[in-house]
This record gives sequence, structure tokens and C-alpha cells, in this order.
Amino acid sequence: MSNSTGNVQSEPFVRVVKRAELPAGKTTLLRLLAVLLSLIAGGVFIACVGQNPFVIYGTILSGAFRSVMAFQGTVKVMIPLLISSLGVTLAFKMKFWNIGAEGQIIFGATCATFFALFCSEMNHVLLIIVMFLAGFIGGGLWGLIPAVFKVKYNTNETLFTLMLNYIALHIVSYLRDGPWMDPESQGFPKIARFEKNASLDKLFGIQFGWLIALILVVLVLIYLKFCKQGYEISVVGESQDTARYAGMNVKRIILRTMFLSGGICGMAGMIQATGSDITLTTSVAGGVGFTAIIIAWLAQLNPISILVVSFLFSVLEKGSSVVQSNFGLSTDCADVLQGIILFFILGCEFFVRYRFVFSNKNSSLKSDKKEMEG
Amino acid sequence: MKKLVSLLTVSAMVISLCACGSTKPEKPAETTEATETEAEETVKEADASAETTEAAEGVMPAIAKEDIKVGVIHITDPAEGSGYTYTHDLGIQGMQKNLGLDDSQIVRKNNVNDSDATAIENAMRECVEEGCNIIFATSWGFMDTCEALAEEFPDVIFSHGTGYKSNGKNFNNYFGRIYQARYLAGIAAGLKTESNKLGYVAAMGQENSEVTGGINAFAMGAYSVNPDCEVYVKVTNSWFDPEGETQAAQALVDLGCDVIAQHCDTPNPQTVAEQNGVWGVGYNSDMSKDAPGAVLTSVMWDWSVYYTQAVQSVIDGTWSGENYFGGMVDGLVDIAPLSDLCADGTQEAVDAARKQIIEEGFNVFDGVIETNDGSTVGAEGSTLSDADITGSMNWYFKNVVVK
Repeated sequence: MSNSTGNVQSEPFVRVVKRAELPAGKTTLLRLLAVLLSLIAGGVFIACVGQNPFVIYGTILSGAFRSVMAFQGTVKVMIPLLISSLGVTLAFKMKFWNIGAEGQIIFGATCATFFALFCSEMNHVLLIIVMFLAGFIGGGLWGLIPAVFKVKYNTNETLFTLMLNYIALHIVSYLRDGPWMDPESQGFPKIARFEKNASLDKLFGIQFGWLIALILVVLVLIYLKFCKQGYEISVVGESQDTARYAGMNVKRIILRTMFLSGGICGMAGMIQATGSDITLTTSVAGGVGFTAIIIAWLAQLNPISILVVSFLFSVLEKGSSVVQSNFGLSTDCADVLQGIILFFILGCEFFVRYRFVFSNKNSSLKSDKKEMEG
Repeated sequence: MKKLVSLLTVSAMVISLCACGSTKPEKPAETTEATETEAEETVKEADASAETTEAAEGVMPAIAKEDIKVGVIHITDPAEGSGYTYTHDLGIQGMQKNLGLDDSQIVRKNNVNDSDATAIENAMRECVEEGCNIIFATSWGFMDTCEALAEEFPDVIFSHGTGYKSNGKNFNNYFGRIYQARYLAGIAAGLKTESNKLGYVAAMGQENSEVTGGINAFAMGAYSVNPDCEVYVKVTNSWFDPEGETQAAQALVDLGCDVIAQHCDTPNPQTVAEQNGVWGVGYNSDMSKDAPGAVLTSVMWDWSVYYTQAVQSVIDGTWSGENYFGGMVDGLVDIAPLSDLCADGTQEAVDAARKQIIEEGFNVFDGVIETNDGSTVGAEGSTLSDADITGSMNWYFKNVVVK
């Protein structure tokens, strides 16, 4: 679309032209504008369902912040979102479309649950470390499978990772209905609540997963920005041929990165199961793996931005739950709001990169040329 | 790659070492059992003291009516208009009206997925945060979270429907003798059937006492008026599965059943019955509004009976923490008024049985009962204990066939 031919007669009325890169300040302004517009559009939606948008937005904020307990709840929602966003970021930097975070979360949680259920007598610190390793390795292996097939047979990783989600989910259903069913549950299919010994400790009233998440933000930032391996990831992401030309072992980089990506997601699952749910359920991932993809992209794959964006997402989610009980507004409305905000912000990325040119205005064409030259 | 492989093998070794350590799954089971029996004992004690001293001593301080705040955790949305959540919410509304509470004194948390422990906990914490003194959790899956939060918030009462755990103080369990109503529904179905095959869409299988007891009562009611009929059971393995319930009902109709009863949340089995020109027995609310051409009657709860009593006892300071297991005599369970579709003589037969249950102490599971595997349960001149009815009803009555 950006290949302008200069043939004025056959040109459509509106053309889309790629922009030269905008200055950072202007880009930020555009994005802020998009957020503002999305809030207005969301407000119109809220007004349409018969509520006062200001009151609803206010309740979302107060629902997420009104008390220590509310804030703890918000952070609890954020922990798995943040960690798995960091996980998928590694794969996305490499342009490896890992949309299997959901499955990696579930499988990591499942591996950790094995130790929570059957080794609950172990020394507490040791048990927690073992469960962390189990979550990391479990998720990592789940991420490694599609990577192996990718480098060996060049399979489509998008479909492969997506399908593995369902396999992981049904493994949990199988364990819940069969071998791991709580023997006391009188036939109700559920896995027993973990012993206290096998659940994560609390730090400031919240499971200490939040600390792990913050540490991971720093680690991933360092890994991507200052490590040789992180640099290799970006090179492979930009062009595998270049990477090969530079003497990098592309296959090894893909395998290593997917193991790490899946491993971090698996840790998110372990933290969710042993810190928040204190049991393993089929909702241990509960869509987090998909929301993580959105967060990672909205944050432009930058770990610090991911921290901010995932926090905003959790405020919206926690606050909407209070809106539901205070105003009888279904929590589905929160999903609509999320959708509207995404629509605007992703839409804004389009305007950051492209612009419209109206064919009957020669002046705009000229300025376009200037911009292309400049 | 080499590094990766060595890392994997080392961690695999570490894990296998730890796994060989020690596994004692029995021990925690014992401790819970112990606490449960303890809880039961305290309940019994509370019971005894209630009987002797008339005015029961409460285990929680009284709370003025205007300071009462009631939290409700629903598994779906009351707006579904017919099933489990709707019926519970009618009960909450009834309680609110009976006690004259303000709308702002009820906090509802809808669509709380009962397999998502974090969502359950967040919903309950929000209730606590908004100042609820008593929280009703209506679904089985909320039980473990209730237990944990009852320990964390000793001043808040957690009342959990349909489960089996309690702590005798601020965490109790409530349910009712719905099997009594199912017995009456069985009479209506047994008199109506022409094919002598009654269908029953069941949420859970034989190991679930609540569902199995309901099937048995229904089958015994039908047997009491029509010894030739059989009850065909199809299990969906879910309390709420609109599609599965439809399929199960259709399969039962295809097997030749001409009355479809149900123990599941949606009215879909009744709609299937109507579409196929057969009859049905609804559950939870009066489902004749969903399938007027099929529903003979419905097995119904009136939860306002319990909710009113529970909240009133909190206001009076007489909350005893004991479990609640109400029946037809309390008005907690009954069947909907019989529709015109019922066979002649149904009203008389149902009225006679209701009188037996309410006035003559008939408890459905009385005397020696023959099961469908040829053995017997119970003894002459006695009735099954409540513990057996709620906890170990894992056999089917002789005319029940699982399909």
C-alpha cells in the first residue's frame, strides 16, 4: 500500500501511506489520546446501558484501591498476568508466535501440583523451591515441544501452541476426575485444597508471587537489553538469515528461548495454583495466557511497560467485580470496556505508523513526498 | 543445547530424589475427619442445650437489624430466571422482605465460577470489605474457600449450601430434605407414564449422595403407585451444562421414557420433553413456565425459609453455628401445584403421601430397601440416619437403571 505509483488517475480517493518514524513525544501523545478516546467511547457504552459513566469509572478505581484488602486483591489479579506477559515477550521478540501461554501456565501448575499433593510433608522451603522448579520445567517443556517441531519440521507454531492449550486443559480435567480427585469430595470432581505447608507464604498480606514477578521484570529487562542471548533473540526475530550469517545457531536460540518463555509462563501457573487458588482447577489459567499476549503487545514488548499495563488491566478487572455487585452491571460489561480500550489503542498504533492521503489534494502528496525524503 | 540438557537432567534428578522422600496422603484426611466429628459434637451439644433451655445460646454476638449486611455468592446470574441461582435469589428476596431489610443491605456476587478459587476468594473478600456479617455461598464448589476465610475472619458468618464441612461456629452448612419432594414427584410421574419408563437427567453419578438420594426417592415414589415402572438415569457430570442436559434428555426420550425428571440447573430437559410430546418433572422452580405443555409438577425449594431463620438468628444473637437440614415440615421443600396434565387421582395420592411425611413422620427411606444390585439397605422398623442420607447414599433403588 505504501508503494505510491504517482499515477494520479488510477489512484483511489484515499490512500494509506507509511509514515516516517514519529518523534517519541508525539507517539506518546497519540497513545494518550487513544486512551482518552477509549474512555469516552467506553463512557458512551456505559451511558447506553443506563449508568453514569463517571460513577462507574469512579467505582472501578475505588473497587481496586479503597482498602488494603482491595489493593491486595488487585495485586493478586496482576501476578499471573504480569509473569506470563513477560514469558510471551521472550518468544514474541523472536517473532515466534507463542499463543500457548495458557497451556504452559496450566502444565507448569500441574507439575507443581504433583509435589503439593504428594510431597506435602517435605521441608517447606525445599518444597517451595521444588515446586518452582517443577512449574518452570513443566511450562518450559510445554513450550519446547512446538519449538522442536518448528526447528525440525518447520511446523506452524501458532496452531501448534494453540492446540497444546487444550491438551494441557484436558490433562487437568482428567487428573481432577480420576487419579487426583479429592477422596473426600463425595464424587464432586475437584482436587483437594493444598496443605498450608505446600502453599506460598504471604508477604504484606499477599502471596509472595508479587515479589517474584517484580524480580522477573528486572531479570527479563536485563536479559533482553544487556545480555548476548537477548541480543541473539532480537536478531533472530528481525531476520533468521542475518542471524545465520552472523554465525548464530538459530535452532538452538529458538529452542532455548521457547524453553524460557514457556518456563516463565509455567512459573506463573505454579504461583497461581500454590499462592492464590491453593488448589489446581481447570481455571488456573482462566484466559490469563491470552490476556498476556494483549498486554505484551500493548506494552511494545518492554518489561517496564508490561508492569504498568498489566497493573492497569488488573485494576479494571478487580474494579469491575465491585461494579457488578454495586450496580448489578454484569462483569461482561468489563470485557466490553476492555475490548473498547484495546480497539482504540491498537487502532492508534495504525495511526502511529500510517497516515491517510486524500488523492484530490495535491498539497498532501507533496508533503508526503517531503516526509518520505526526510 | 548441551547446557540445557544437563540442566534438565540435574533438575530431574533433584525432583526424583525429593519425590522419593515421603508421601503420606492419609494423614491430612484423618485430621479433617477429626475436626469434622468435633464440629458435629459441638453441634449436637448446641442442639441439646437448645432443647433444654428453650432460648438457645448463640455463639456469635447479636447484630442490630440496621447493621446487618448479607453477602450472597451465586454461581450464575439470578436473571437466568428458572434454575438453581434464580431459586436461591428468590429465597434471598423473600428473606429481605420478611425481615424488612434495605436493598443496600444485600451484596450479590453473580457468575462466580465455582472452579476458580481466586475468583471465589475475591468475591467473598469484597463482601467482607463491604461490611457483610453473614455470607451465603450457594454452590458446592465454594466450600473450601468458605472454610479458609471463616478461619481468617472469625467475626463473619459463612453459611455454605450443599456441602459437608462446617466449624460449628462461624461456618455452617445448609441443605434440605429435597428427597421428600422428589418422592411426591415420583408419584405424579409413576401415575402418568404409559411406557413405564421414567427418565432422570442427573448432574452427578452414583457416588454423589445428594443426587443419588434424589433419584432413589423419586424411584420409590413412582414404585409406590406403579411397581412396574423403571427409572432410567443419565449422568451429565456437571451441575450446569445446558448442552449436555439437552442431549441427556433427548437420549432418554429415544430410549422410550415418557416422563423426564431432572436434577440439574437448566430447564432444558423439560423443553426437550415438550418438543417430543412427552411429560416432565422440573426442579428448583416451577418449570411449567418454561415448558407448559410437558411439566406435570416441579420439585421446589423455598430457600427463604432458611435465609430468614438464619439472618433472624444473627439479629437475635442466637446464631448457633449448627448445620441446617430442613424438610417439608419446615416448608423448605415441596412440589409445585400439579398441572392439568397429571393423571386422574394424582392429587389424592400426592396429598396422602404429603400427609404421611408431614404428620406421620414418614421419611421415605424407612424399613428395608431393596437395591438394584440385589442387596438390601436399612432395617425393619428404623429409618436411615441423616448422615447416611447426606453422606453415604451410594446405592440405587431396585427399579433404577443407569443408562
